[in-house]
Amino acid sequence: MTRRAIFDNKLLPYLLVAPQLAITLIFFFWPAGQAIYQSLIQQDPFGLRTQFVWFENFTTVLGDPAYRGALGITLIFSAAVIGLAMLSGLLLAVTADQQIRGAGVYKMLLMWPYAVAPAVAASLWLFVFHPSIGIVGRLLVRMGLHWDFSLNGAHAVILVILAAAWKQVSYNFIFFLAGLQSIPKSVLEAASVDGAGGRSRFWKIVFPLLSPTTFFLLVVNVIYASFDTFGVIHALTRGGPGQSTQTLIYKVYVDGVVNLDLGGSSAQSVILLLVVITLTAIQFRYIERRVHY
Amino acid sequence: MGALRRGHWLAHLVLIAGVATFVFPVYMAIIGSTYDLGTIARGQLPLTPGSHAIENYTQAWTSGQGERVRGVPVRRMMLNSLVMALAIATGKIAISILSAFAVAFFAFPLRMFFFWMIFVTLMLPVEVRIIPTYKVISDLNMINTFPGLTIPLIASATATLIFRQFFLTVPDEMVDAAKMDGAGPMRFFWSILVPLSSSTIAALFVILFIYGWNQYLWPLLITTKGELNTIVIGITKMIGTGDAQTDWQIIMATVVMAMLPPVAVVILMQRWFVKGLTESEK
Repeated sequence: MTRRAIFDNKLLPYLLVAPQLAITLIFFFWPAGQAIYQSLIQQDPFGLRTQFVWFENFTTVLGDPAYRGALGITLIFSAAVIGLAMLSGLLLAVTADQQIRGAGVYKMLLMWPYAVAPAVAASLWLFVFHPSIGIVGRLLVRMGLHWDFSLNGAHAVILVILAAAWKQVSYNFIFFLAGLQSIPKSVLEAASVDGAGGRSRFWKIVFPLLSPTTFFLLVVNVIYASFDTFGVIHALTRGGPGQSTQTLIYKVYVDGVVNLDLGGSSAQSVILLLVVITLTAIQFRYIERRVHY
Repeated sequence: MGALRRGHWLAHLVLIAGVATFVFPVYMAIIGSTYDLGTIARGQLPLTPGSHAIENYTQAWTSGQGERVRGVPVRRMMLNSLVMALAIATGKIAISILSAFAVAFFAFPLRMFFFWMIFVTLMLPVEVRIIPTYKVISDLNMINTFPGLTIPLIASATATLIFRQFFLTVPDEMVDAAKMDGAGPMRFFWSILVPLSSSTIAALFVILFIYGWNQYLWPLLITTKGELNTIVIGITKMIGTGDAQTDWQIIMATVVMAMLPPVAVVILMQRWFVKGLTESEK
């Protein structure tokens, strides 16, 4: 889509896009290119000798049990976070969309956690679930559960899932609510007149009409769970105990920044890059199709 | 009628449960910030506020130090976060509105190529290019500087897309009229386009301010000096290994203060916030 009435300066448009392009080239394309290059070479620790190794870094990474472990944790963690955050968001949105007293107040009280940083959400949950000082943590210990997320890997996974999902519910709530409000009331009234009860109205009419929102949120939540939860994990468990909460993104950080394994870290970055590109492509196709907004 | 009432009762219950789940951890943080180290460390934190609020908040604000925590004053970290969030939000809006203006209102070679170059950055989040981007910053001597902290995050494909989308709806007659009155492109930009975009700018500002305030991985990599810590990074550093014996009252006071600006922005600018969010993700 272009427009008819256009200015005809020659130099000006280049000056206007220059700042954005400069930043894009220096901080996006150049490093992304470097990541791809680094992923194909091997260097000695002092950077004196460089050898081109084709896909050796990738085969090493993919064959590494630690990487597969991180992949497994990422899948469990993401599935749980996405499931929890999306179902709660949907339930709250459907409930708040009804004509009830104080709906506006509820909406506001359900939106603000969006503004809480993942790492801050993590510290809130740490304080509540701490086995010796947290109010819920102590309760769990007293119930004889041996609750200790700094020693027990399963407990650590549960805690990072809860903290990460807690922060994301609001986002899903806002979008589900916007989706629900865009469903024409006449459609719902027609269904009521035809005798459809609340439940069948939801599953036969509302839910299918909501599917573009659901699908969009699914992609966004996958990206959130895979990348933005870095702060939650770093603040709560540092990937531990052992490697029980080390997700793929956390492993890129540990291998690159802490262990200085540039080839391996870059290969992992490139793998994640492919995942992001796939997700963005799916999302973009979806945007293309939804032209009616 | 009876069924309807019962439905309402259930709806209130669900919503109250949701609100309670959101509020409870924050409430406990507020309670925690009103007691002394001993009460918390002994695991005796009650559900009602204590009497040490003023000293804890003053201590966190002015020194950020406790008996065991060696932190940075919260006022310093809040200022860092504020500068970072404002720089990122205004920077993103400024460079995006300019490039969208170029792409929407000028015909020039490579126009669509540039547009796609900007669009593709959507697929390159900082998390997947951590090490090489860090290396670029270090080669440019921008480690531990505010420009290093903010400039790499300023490119924005989504803001550019939104402005372009909006500009395409500006009627051609407006451009014609401006031209007829002898206005050049920049005059048209400042006097017509920017005022027309004000609601889009406000909506984007809310979203981008929160985005900037909540940054984590990037400041963690780029700042190693305490005086450049953002508040979010500062909290994790204060928690450290998370021992029971640490100054949780100071940490929780810091947590409460760290949440205030972005949460206040969401609540006070709710309308812009929802608009910005639902539009920026389209």
